[in-house]
Amino acid sequence: MKLLEEYRDPATVRLLADAVARIATKPWRLMEVCGGQTHSILENGIDSLLPDAITLVHGPGCPVCVTPARSIDTASGLACRHEAVVCTFGDMLRVPGASTDLMTARSAGGDVRIVYSPMDALGMARSDPSREYVFFAVGFETTVPVTATAVLRARASGTGNFTVLNAHVRVPPALEWILAMPDCAVDGVLAAGHVCAVTGYEEYEPMAARHSTPIVVTGFEPVDILQGILMGISMLEAGEARVENQYARVVCREGNPAAMAMAREVFEHADADWRGLGVIPGGGWAFREGFRSFDAASRFGAVPDCPDPGDGVCMAAKVLTGVLEPTCCPAFGRDCTPGSPLGAPMVSSEGACAAYFIYRGGGR
Amino acid sequence: MCLGVPGEIVEISGDDQISRTARVSFDGVTRVVSLAGIPEAVVGDYVIVHAGFALNRLDRDEAARVMELIDALRACPGETRP
Amino acid sequence: MTDRDSPGRPGGFSCPVPLSRHAVVTLAHGGGGTIMKRLVDGFVEAFGGPAPGDRHDGAVLELNGGRIAFTTDSYVIDPIFFPGGDIGSLAVHGTVNDLAVCGARPLWLSAGLILGEGFPLDSLERVVESMADAARRCGVRFVTGDTKVVGHPGCDGIYINTAGIGAVPPGVDVRPANVRPGDGIVVSGDIGRHGMAIMCAREGIGLETDIESDSAPIHGVVGRILESGIPVRCMRDLTRGGLAAALSEIASDSSTDFIIEEPSVPVNGQVRAACELLGFDPLHVANEGRFVTFVPGGMAADLVRLMASFDPESTPACIGTVAGEGTGAVTLRSSLGTRRPMSVLSGEQLPRIC
Repeated sequence: MKLLEEYRDPATVRLLADAVARIATKPWRLMEVCGGQTHSILENGIDSLLPDAITLVHGPGCPVCVTPARSIDTASGLACRHEAVVCTFGDMLRVPGASTDLMTARSAGGDVRIVYSPMDALGMARSDPSREYVFFAVGFETTVPVTATAVLRARASGTGNFTVLNAHVRVPPALEWILAMPDCAVDGVLAAGHVCAVTGYEEYEPMAARHSTPIVVTGFEPVDILQGILMGISMLEAGEARVENQYARVVCREGNPAAMAMAREVFEHADADWRGLGVIPGGGWAFREGFRSFDAASRFGAVPDCPDPGDGVCMAAKVLTGVLEPTCCPAFGRDCTPGSPLGAPMVSSEGACAAYFIYRGGGR
Repeated sequence: MCLGVPGEIVEISGDDQISRTARVSFDGVTRVVSLAGIPEAVVGDYVIVHAGFALNRLDRDEAARVMELIDALRACPGETRP
Repeated sequence: MTDRDSPGRPGGFSCPVPLSRHAVVTLAHGGGGTIMKRLVDGFVEAFGGPAPGDRHDGAVLELNGGRIAFTTDSYVIDPIFFPGGDIGSLAVHGTVNDLAVCGARPLWLSAGLILGEGFPLDSLERVVESMADAARRCGVRFVTGDTKVVGHPGCDGIYINTAGIGAVPPGVDVRPANVRPGDGIVVSGDIGRHGMAIMCAREGIGLETDIESDSAPIHGVVGRILESGIPVRCMRDLTRGGLAAALSEIASDSSTDFIIEEPSVPVNGQVRAACELLGFDPLHVANEGRFVTFVPGGMAADLVRLMASFDPESTPACIGTVAGEGTGAVTLRSSLGTRRPMSVLSGEQLPRIC
């Protein structure tokens, strides 16, 4: 696409990679937070362009991977019992819940539909008032305003058969949790560019200072990622720990106030269960009192109020916090493959484990 | 979390902020997206679209600045910081 | 034998969920990926192992001193009418193409129609007319058939099976075993149109495009290639699973390794844009009128010229080479010069949020 090509230019990528090699004098570990960045790094082989001293680790920015297993079971149950048409993003279809998954629900006759946008789910609900429609809302702050807009439009149009099964989460508390870990081995962070397009990056500034960890707001194309790495390594080599913005063509410090206003009108911060990590205080979003009528958990009977069951031997927690590289997990490529995953990071193609398997030939 | 793609606004409709939409063209593929998050956007603006929602406008000046930084690096490879 | 698209509930997507956990058939079993391959391998085993003439797309069999190619395919696509075609023309082109890549001149088809109770008769008429029209243009005849009606809700649309017979000229032998190190790999045109035409038309996706399915017969250009004197090692038509699945199968069947130059794979601009929006890799998107040909490396450019002169609107391209004998590994070299193994998905790609 013409708006992306200059950010994929091989000569520019080489120029930036050479610059990184020139300035790195020590081993550094950079965490890229967003699953989309993981995908881009592995698909383009960006890590192979870097000097050995630079290690990229993959953080928990895969919304599909961190959605609680019991939320998936709830969504599947709604479809199976024909209580609602469940509308979902495509990548949620394959993720195993604690006891079932959305594709199994569909095979059993449940009406599960893939949508590109919550607005499409709202549109379906409005054109079919005889049935209940539930949008399974996963994702970070990039997606929260989108869901909020759908809810606000549902309210404005008096649409009574549209609700949201909410599993939205927040990045900064999870990042804080990782950086505060005693064995945290992350030296610098590439922050998720599209999340910051919505939220801005002001709240990352005290985090960078508190943990003496430089944070670079970074885009997704090869030029963006390498430039973000160059900016991060530059700060590390100079002993600086600030927030810098590589993705300035899309992100500004204040973010998008109009989008955040809609998000905050419908949702408020809440504790949330991150699959593989456990409960992160303030790590999620919950419906505000005035919008509970759009909460599918209220309308259909709540998601069970108990801790999410763990995924057994799956080492998602260590992978998602950058402590363990997927290929170092004893189950990787043996008991755990995309065809027979033990946990969510191997099922979703944005998950660190599946990305390594697909792009590093885990089966060979 | 973040599949967002740049496109050009070719048409805008809707009266109030919440219902405002734009038809956005991505190299000839078009889709109607919500413009509720960018009330000031106009036809001809470039926006990043995620899940049917325009997240932000593309700042062409900032985009040009990134390319200028890269050109400077190309000219003086030892000067890695502006 | 191959399968085409996934069945027809509105918004039907096929399923890559792991096989081993399920006691029932899932949509993954029809997805064109590894789960389906395992299922089909089981059938072949049950039927006594691969037939001597098995060519994957069809079987080449000796008969009375000559050779025939025999193939079958079933069509369950939804929606049945899509930009660039319909289930009827698809059912003709798909089987004609399978015969063509066996090296055969397509001659006769059978048509098995399974109709759902409640399926509109005017839609049925449209489909049948489309089948007849496609058969005429391909120079083949429907010579036999069968019709069944299934009560609702077992089927509420139309499923079509076509089987085909063609004549294989003496001396024509195209199969993966012929592939050699150094061979060039040529694709007949830009990839991904069929899959994205279908995907963009689905409810809940809502992309407006000019993308049309590439469903078309290929036997004309294949016939010209086989007559040209260019030695053809192997051919495969690309269907579900896309270019990636075809390359992976041939590499595996020929015990060779390939290197594919990613920037040289032709992709139409709107197909690429639609893939970007949904997070799809064009290499894995379904096609219905494209094929790959393996020829000696030095002849790849000649082949591209020949194909382009046969159809000036096509965009054939040499996309890579057979690197050597090996284990069936296909490596992609990106525009950045970096390499990665090409994956084969366990099922169909799904639009992603991240």
